[in-house]
Amino acid sequence: MNGKSVASIVKTKLRLYWPLIKSLQTGLLLSTGIAGYLSVHAPVRLGQLLGLSASLFLAISGSTILNMWYDRDIDARMKRTHKRPAAAGMLGQREVFRLGMVVSILGVGGAVALSARYGLVVFAGLFFDVIVYTLWLKRRSCWSIVWGGVSGGMPILAGRVLAMGRVDLVGLLLTLAILFWIPTHTLTFSIKFDQDYRAAGVPTFPSTYGMAFTRTTIAVSTVLAAAAIGWAGVLIGIQAGFLRLLAVLASGLLVISFASVTRPSDRANFALFRYASFYMLASMILLSVGRLI
Amino acid sequence: MKMSPLGRIMLLLTVLLAAYQIAIGVDKMGALPIFAYTVAFGVLLVAGLLLVILGFEVLESPAVVIISTVIPLSLSLGLVWEHLSAYRLPYAIFACLGFLAIVMTRLLPLKNRLPVAVLAVVHAVAGLLPVVWAFSGRTASGFALVGVGGALIGVGGILLVLLKAGKPLLSRQTIYQVFPGLLLMMTAAFVAGFKLG
Repeated sequence: MNGKSVASIVKTKLRLYWPLIKSLQTGLLLSTGIAGYLSVHAPVRLGQLLGLSASLFLAISGSTILNMWYDRDIDARMKRTHKRPAAAGMLGQREVFRLGMVVSILGVGGAVALSARYGLVVFAGLFFDVIVYTLWLKRRSCWSIVWGGVSGGMPILAGRVLAMGRVDLVGLLLTLAILFWIPTHTLTFSIKFDQDYRAAGVPTFPSTYGMAFTRTTIAVSTVLAAAAIGWAGVLIGIQAGFLRLLAVLASGLLVISFASVTRPSDRANFALFRYASFYMLASMILLSVGRLI
Repeated sequence: MKMSPLGRIMLLLTVLLAAYQIAIGVDKMGALPIFAYTVAFGVLLVAGLLLVILGFEVLESPAVVIISTVIPLSLSLGLVWEHLSAYRLPYAIFACLGFLAIVMTRLLPLKNRLPVAVLAVVHAVAGLLPVVWAFSGRTASGFALVGVGGALIGVGGILLVLLKAGKPLLSRQTIYQVFPGLLLMMTAAFVAGFKLG
């Protein structure tokens, strides 16, 4: 086998592996972890920050790959996901499983090497995502998203724990903020792709409780997420100007949530989905730099 | 009409400028001006983001007329509170009543010319105030840019209102093409005017 063919194989594998980690979602969760670390506003240790980024990236990617591996049958039945490499059969199921395990072990192992407590929180995130959410509850109850939310809140808590060495109130508030934000993200998604989820037999809020209840749930969880982020911002001590900006962004989120309840439409749903992602990213940046500038 | 990449970039720059003004640009002012400017630039910021997310369809919403009134009203209220202390209370009352009048005349099914008349009076006072004050010679020269911003917001408001009234000055396509640039120039003029004034 010559060098060119090896390079070609690696390139092909990477092209197939990359969609397995849902890069945007992983990037967003990673950014919350980094924000959790920076929100302590202690002197940044570059090696530790790089270690955090690498271990979190691997752990989040690993759990996502394992999720893709287990849910390949569901994905294959859904229009939105049937072209994913695991669902489409472009990768063997053993290969995907092994890849997920290796990447997860590297991520959690790296995290434990950095700090035992940090490693424990990263492992908790992986456990809640893979075992509780994916393997146990996703096919049984629409409330599984709560555990998906808990899992999604672990990176930001992990980042803060690594910087502080302990769990504090701000860390818990930030975790709650992500937990409450996740329904805004996932429920708008489940409204948009309601037929897909029904076809795959996955219980969702829209299929279990109807659209009106789902939209109300989104609005309530949005209020709670914004309140938790605002409270955390005050406790962190970010500057007044950044708090104002946080309030403005949260107001926009609340207005769109309210509009999606009172005047439901695909457009309002889409706007809420996109704005919620932007809001979370912007909030993370503000919590990270809010005391520095 | 689909938004061009340049239009999106200009709107994102508008959002960034508005965010800067909210976070840093209004520090060291009184509580009410800070609140008023935060509301004005906050509306700009959220509106800019919604335009990026949903495109020009947002401008079709009936709420646009009401929301676009908030920007000149709150900006002018901040200016009056800062620079014309004798008129604080009367202007605050005018701003509140003017906003309520616009909301009421838009929500009620009125068939006469009252909604347009109310809109014209409120926009004229609120929009012209920054222009008149900036060019009155009683402020630093850089503050004139606030007047430029006021003039641009007036142009944008007139274009949108006439478009919605079915008597457009320019074609819908032209208005949508220039709108992101207009919004960016207006925000940049306000931010620079506040900084230099």
